[in-house]
Parts: sequence; structure tokens; C-alpha cells
Amino acid sequence: MERKPLFQFAYCRSPDQDKRGPAHHRVVIVGAGPVGLSLAIDLAQRGIAVVLLDNADRIGEGSRGICYAKRTLEIWDRLGIGDPMVAKGVTWRRGKVFRGPDLLYEFDLLPEGGHKRPAFINLQQYHVENFLVARAAALPGIDLRWRNEVTDIVPDPAGAELAIETPDGPYSVRADWVIACDGTNSTLRTRLGIEFAGETFEDQFLIADIKMRADLPTERRFWFDPPFHEGRSALMHRQPEDIWRIDLQLGPKADAEEEKRPEIVRARLAAMLGHDEFDLEWVSVYRFQCRRIENFVHGRVVFCGDSAHQVSPFGARGANSGVQDVENLAWKLALVLSQEAPASLIATYDLERGQAADDNIRHSTRSTDFIAPHSAAEARLRDATLALARHADFAKRMVNSGRLSIASVYHTPLSTPDADAWNGGVPPGAAMQDAMLRQGGKSLYLTDIVAPRFTLLCAQHVTTLTLPLPVEMVAISETDRGSSVLHDAQHQFAARYDATPGCAYLLRPDGHVAARFRNIAEPAIEAALSRACGKTMLHV
Amino acid sequence: MPLDTSARFSDPDAAYRLIVEAHRGLSDDESRKLDAALILTLANQIGDLAILREALALSRAAIAPSKDAATD
Ligand SMILES: Cc1cc2nc3c(=O)[nH]c(=O)nc-3n(C[C@H](O)[C@H](O)[C@H](O)COP(=O)(O)OP(=O)(O)OC[C@H]3O[C@@H](n4cnc5c(N)ncnc54)[C@H](O)[C@@H]3O)c2cc1C
Repeated sequence: MERKPLFQFAYCRSPDQDKRGPAHHRVVIVGAGPVGLSLAIDLAQRGIAVVLLDNADRIGEGSRGICYAKRTLEIWDRLGIGDPMVAKGVTWRRGKVFRGPDLLYEFDLLPEGGHKRPAFINLQQYHVENFLVARAAALPGIDLRWRNEVTDIVPDPAGAELAIETPDGPYSVRADWVIACDGTNSTLRTRLGIEFAGETFEDQFLIADIKMRADLPTERRFWFDPPFHEGRSALMHRQPEDIWRIDLQLGPKADAEEEKRPEIVRARLAAMLGHDEFDLEWVSVYRFQCRRIENFVHGRVVFCGDSAHQVSPFGARGANSGVQDVENLAWKLALVLSQEAPASLIATYDLERGQAADDNIRHSTRSTDFIAPHSAAEARLRDATLALARHADFAKRMVNSGRLSIASVYHTPLSTPDADAWNGGVPPGAAMQDAMLRQGGKSLYLTDIVAPRFTLLCAQHVTTLTLPLPVEMVAISETDRGSSVLHDAQHQFAARYDATPGCAYLLRPDGHVAARFRNIAEPAIEAALSRACGKTMLHV
Repeated sequence: MPLDTSARFSDPDAAYRLIVEAHRGLSDDESRKLDAALILTLANQIGDLAILREALALSRAAIAPSKDAATD
């Protein structure tokens, strides 16, 4: 079932196409999906001009991703588009898991307050992309070229040359850095002969977006072996504009073409919903895959998002991890381009996001195998888990209908290991936690205060430090010290960071903790900063 | 000491996965044999008849065909 594109953009001839030789750019991004667009915005905000090439000129023929995680929303806040995303999306944090006709358990992904962003929003991927396109268009320094299809790449030690096909014919450009955000079927990956290895799951899944009015709570609903779809699984999510996503397991032998016929889809959905008052918006049948390339960095060509790794959708780890890739790469590339950090810093992108990809693949593989067991033995184990889950908490914890995307924690040479004793808090390598603070009689969130630069969160007061790189100072105190110090009135910062007066957290520009100190000392902070920029690098 | 049914693994998914992977590549018959061997090994590790009895009762209840048969 094809649907009409919702957003149409125009091809526009670039002056580069009239040049005799290839024009030169510092950074060229290939692919204007959620990942390439987020990267272009991040780099442009850091003052780096980019060319962004995409082979299409429209979005919205069908939706793919729908669930966007808290960390992604915090990153999009930094990119200036968190508000429209959250305003348009539906917010959720609760889920229900059913077995047969019965509710097995409920979960709450964010039971505590003091966070600006919810655990998740659901939003059609085409809306996400459209907000990103609008933001990219509003920023100076982003040259977005629709209907520019990259057909070849010739890399060399200083960069690469790209061959591009357009409605006006071919041309080429040279770039110091090429960032491949061209999705699972990446042309750049293929042209460079890089293997995309992993697993294809046997089971097929019907994904349908339907329009219907329903008075159901906004929550994730998952069924194992429901009465309306016996022996298989079902998943249901609300999206904005009365659109619902339904995901039905079809088994390994289903005939995908047959299953996509509207009358067949409608019959399956009517059995599920108990009525047929809905319209089909979009229908597709998928066989999910978990794959990655071994190295995300190939000289001056860097892979981000689906071109580098692919996961099954259980856990919503696809676009969410791609946006985290971008947040990890952008500041590093900016420091390397301004020669404030060695080019080897880029290798830590591969290391850190490689860990994240492994984590995401591990989780989504476990979930997919739980939902669609490989053998009779695995099915028995799974069914026993579900049966025991009604009686025993340990089994409930093993029921796996998808482990939803959270921020990755990096085990990285950029982190300075703890030298002091900490009772919890946010360890080096982990992403910052939000907290609600007060200043001048107003409430505000820590994630809003921390800019995408190196930041020192100081408990109590700011000390004057002379550091080799600019570092933002943010002072937070449990007692009200007037408007220059943020007031941790609800003790959320103290609790979430195990913060005691005089301690400090050094945050990297992507909001991950680089180091933490019980007592601020300039030499230690300077060393941690230099380490976080890859200047005093141990081998990666 | 009564049977502890709370989640005792810090990463329950990893424990589950270990069992799944132990079955990979086995025939169904071999899988059943593996399960039996595993049960005996773990029962011995527990080393307590009262707990084993409780674990067996819980498992019997869990696999009972209808909801009424279960000891909910
Ligand atoms: C059914 C389904 C449900 C999903 N649900 C979720 C979810 O809930 N949450 C989530 O986070 N993720 C989800 N995902 C995954 C998500 O859709 C992807 O991870 C995401 O789209 C990846 O973004 P990307 O920018 O890397 O690649 P893409 O979105 O694939 O974008 C690649 C871009 O590159 C362009 N391009 C390709 N080749 C060339 C070329 N040669 N030259 C120029 N341009 C090129 C394409 O036109 C495209 O615009 C889901 C996926 C599926 C299939």
C-alpha cells in the first residue's frame, strides 16, 4: 500500500555544478534522514558549514520509527527542536504486557519527577524529519541539496571525492570529512566494500498504521498469544492525529504480498480491535535484522545511524541510537576541525558508539528471540517464563517484549576513573541526569542550563579556574545563595549526583560525564579536560 | 528458608540468554536432556528438600492449563 508524500521539497541547482573541477567542502553529509539532519544541525550550531546531500526530495510515503526516547529529546532540545517534537508527539511512560486474555504486568519507565522530558514520545518519523528539515533550513551554514544521489566515493588520506547524480546530470565534490548517514542500504558502505554483518530473523511482522478514534490510554501494549492472534504476538502504540501503530507477528512462512492485501489486514485488525471502524494509512511486512559494520570510522569517512548499525524495532533503538551517534561525533569533529584536539579523537567515536551498537543489538536480539523463539526448546523456555510470571517476580523480570532505549554508558579512555568514593551518582561515561532547580523564583531544568560545551557542574559555588579550553561553570547549591547560584530546592541534584558541597562534575559537550571530583582542584580538572579531548590519549 | 521468587540476578536478561544459548544447535531431544541435567545440577546446588518441594509446586501451578487450577 503506497501513500502520498506529505512533505515535498525542491531540487535546486548548486553553483558547485557549474565549477570545472570538484568544489571543496570541509564536511559533506550523505543522507538527510533523522541522523544526517541532526548531525547537520549540530555541526552548523558549532559554526561548521556542511553540505547535506539526499537522493529524494520528499518525506512521508510511510512511517517507520515512532518512539523517541528521553535522551533523544534532550539532544533535540540542544538542536532547538525539542519543543515542537514534544508538542506534536504524544507523551507516554507506561506499558502493559498481556498473556492470552490476561494482564501480566504494567511498567512505568519514568516514575520520578524532576525531568524536563518524558520517557518517550510517539511521533511519526515523517513529522520528525519535517521538523528537522525546517530547523536545518533556518540555520546558516547548511546547504541541503535534494535529489543529489551519491553514486560513488573515492577516499584518500586527506578526505574523499564524491560522485553525485542530479536531474541536471552528474557532478562531483571533494570533502575533508564525509559522514555517511545514508541508511541501511548505504551506497557509501557498498562502494567502499565494507561488510554489514549480522542476523536476519526468520519471523515476519506486519506493521500497520491505522486511523481511528479510540478512547484508550496512551501506553505501550504488548500481547503474547492474545485471543485475537493466537500463538503469536501483537504490539500497539498511539501516535498523534488519531493514528495507531499495530505490529502483528506473522511467523516465518507468511506470504508477505498476500498479508499486505487490505482485506486481509483489515480482517486481522478487526479481530484485534473488535470493530472495523478504522482506515488503513500504511501497511508493510518486515523481516527484522540486527547488523553492524565492524569499524564506524574508515579514514576520513565516518558512518552514523542505520548505515553503521541496524536493529529490530523492539526497544526503539534505531533512530534513537543514530541521534546519539550524532551527539557523540559532532563535538569531536568540531574540536578536530578547529585543531583543538588530535584527529585520533574520532577513533573514540568508533569505540564509544561501537559499544552502544553492541548493546543495542544485544538487547534487541534478546527481545526478538523472546518474542519469536528459534526452536521448540526456546519456545518452551519462553512459555514457562510467561507461565511463571503470573506467580513469581523473577520470571516477570525475564519476560522480554522489548527493552526500551536509554542513554548508553561509555567505557572509554576519555573518562577519568573515579579517584574518590561515590555512593551512586552519575559515573564517568554515563549521560547527565536531569534535575529541577530554581533560580530567581523560577523553576528550570538542568538539561536546559547545560550547553553543548564542556561544563563543570559545581556543588555550592563557582571557583575561578584557568583552563586550556573554555569550560562553562554552573554552580548549584542546596541552600538558596541568590541568583548566581542555582538552588537545588528539591535536593534532586544532590540525590541524583551524590553531590556534596565542594564536589564537581565535568561534562563533555555531549552531556556525558568525563570526570567527577569530591573536591575541586584545578590540576585534576585540567588533566581530565585534556584527557576528554583525546590529548593525553591512551591507546583506543 | 522459603523459596525466594524475587529477581535475584542483577541482569535477568543475561541469565535467560545464557540458557537460550546453551540450547542453540541441539536437537529437541538433546534440549530436553539438557534441561533435565540442568534441573538436577541446580537442585543439588540448592541442597534443600523443602525449597525444592516449593519450587516444584510453583512450577506445577504455573503450567496448570486453566487459571482456576493455578494457585493465584
Ligand atoms: C517498522 C519500523 C519501526 C521503527 N521504529 C522505530 C522507533 O520506534 N524508534 C526508533 O528510534 N527507530 C525506529 N525504527 C528505526 C528508524 O526508522 C531508523 O533507525 C532511522 O530511520 C535511521 O535513520 P538514518 O537517518 O540513519 O537512515 P534513514 O532514515 O534511512 O535515512 C537515510 C537517508 O539517506 C538517503 N540516501 C540513501 N542513499 C543515498 C545516496 N546514495 N545518496 C544520497 N542520499 C541517500 C535516503 O533518501 C534517506 O533520506 C524503526 C524502523 C522500522 C522499519
